[in-house]
Amino acid sequence: MAEKSNKPTMRGVFVNGLLNENPTFRLVLGTCPTLAVTTSATNGIGMGLAATFVLICSNVVISLVRKLIPDKARIPSFIVIIATFVTIVQMTMQAFLPSLYESLGIFIPLIVVNCIILARAEAFASKNGPLISAVDGLGMGLGFTCAITLIGIVRELIGNGSVFGINILGAAYEPMLLFVLAPGGFITYGLLLGIINALTARRAAKKGGDQA
Amino acid sequence: MALHISTGPHLRAKADTQRLMLDVLIALCPATAASIYFYGIKAVLIILVSVAAAVLSEFVWQKLGHKTLRVNDLSAAVTGLLLALNLPANVPLWIPLIGSVFAIIVVKQLFGGIGHNFLNPALAARAVLLTSWPSHMTKAFLPMRTLLESAAEKGVDTLSSATPLLVPGMTEVKDLLLGNIPGAIGETCKIAILIGLVYLLVRKVISWEIPVIMVGTVALCSWAFGADPLKAILSGGLLFGACFMATDYVTSPMLKLGHVIYAVGCGLMVALIRQFGNYPEGVTYAILLMNIVTPLLDRALKRKVYGEVKQHG
Repeated sequence: MAEKSNKPTMRGVFVNGLLNENPTFRLVLGTCPTLAVTTSATNGIGMGLAATFVLICSNVVISLVRKLIPDKARIPSFIVIIATFVTIVQMTMQAFLPSLYESLGIFIPLIVVNCIILARAEAFASKNGPLISAVDGLGMGLGFTCAITLIGIVRELIGNGSVFGINILGAAYEPMLLFVLAPGGFITYGLLLGIINALTARRAAKKGGDQA
Repeated sequence: MALHISTGPHLRAKADTQRLMLDVLIALCPATAASIYFYGIKAVLIILVSVAAAVLSEFVWQKLGHKTLRVNDLSAAVTGLLLALNLPANVPLWIPLIGSVFAIIVVKQLFGGIGHNFLNPALAARAVLLTSWPSHMTKAFLPMRTLLESAAEKGVDTLSSATPLLVPGMTEVKDLLLGNIPGAIGETCKIAILIGLVYLLVRKVISWEIPVIMVGTVALCSWAFGADPLKAILSGGLLFGACFMATDYVTSPMLKLGHVIYAVGCGLMVALIRQFGNYPEGVTYAILLMNIVTPLLDRALKRKVYGEVKQHG
């Protein structure tokens, strides 16, 4: 956040979304789709890319019209813009990727209320130019995509013995069904969050030690 | 004469975690013996794998994490044994292995070790196993010894059968008491469980409220639902759960009134799940649910400290 005052750089904004402020593992935003659709790696990547597309487009459009929107009506305006792009994604997916459309179900229209997208509109796009807003959307979107694909991979591997639909653990493996059910989503998310926090803490401690 | 001045408490009991856990292990001995009598080598193997995996994973976790080595407090052994006694005899041996590792690492150690887990580790592990491999966990009930013997005469290697909860009228009260019924290996012999309960009560490891009120609630509800209360008490894992699982110190309320509410809640949930739920047995989920309610009960029933003023704003 400190970076914002001294003019954000393209690279800084992109890396920020991907790592430092990763929406899933650092900000813990958008947990509803994170828990609900990550039963397989394919679902994770599909959801992530759909949200990324909406995020980039809505960030650009909101940034372009940011001076035209009265402050009091900004949230409804953002929602209308976001909903437009979600509708585009939904119809495109239904036409070209019907099986993914089926398995994501209600969670595609629910991208409208995904708080990552609204948060970026409010916190970034409504204060910055269109180009850097697009980069912000790309960074955040890819950060989200990587995170939920990772969760999807873990859950699919343990809960189904496969990754991206390809059987990895062999026929003798008896899948641990829990991991593709709701509790498995919470457990996987919690464990990955814990591991990432531990790694970050260790890195920070190392950095601090070097400086001293 | 040397005068020793110190603040209270002056009278100290010798009870420590290790002694308490040892008492629980002793109380579980009759049920363990009964499980070995009824299910033979299969029960021995399940118990060995489960206890060894629990103790080992606790040891390895504390060693690798450079934590105080507390594995001699026997709590991991208790968790392993409780989990083993809650499994049906026909499960493959990797089931107790995974269950024990999950119980110790995920449910207990990740939340901070002994005293910090919000769920009973053995029960949570059982719920995980039940959800993950339902076919192993429910269809693998080994039939009672007598059935097995008659089957052996006919040249059949193994038999599987439904839990008595699904088929009312299948069993007699005497069989239910002695444990001559299909079920998880440690929960079938009710007399062995009751001996363990008496030991725990005499040693004052647990108080009578939780087991008695929980079982009483189930009996009352099943009578209200028009079932035979005696059979409701003696079927499934109710007695085992009420004596050994619901009474876990860490995951049951601290105060007496809390115990009563908790026990009534457990009993009510068992009866409701048995009557209306999709599962034939609800003891596991009932106790786990009330485990989650426990911190709320403790908070709500906390006694006011003398002189405490309510904070505003």
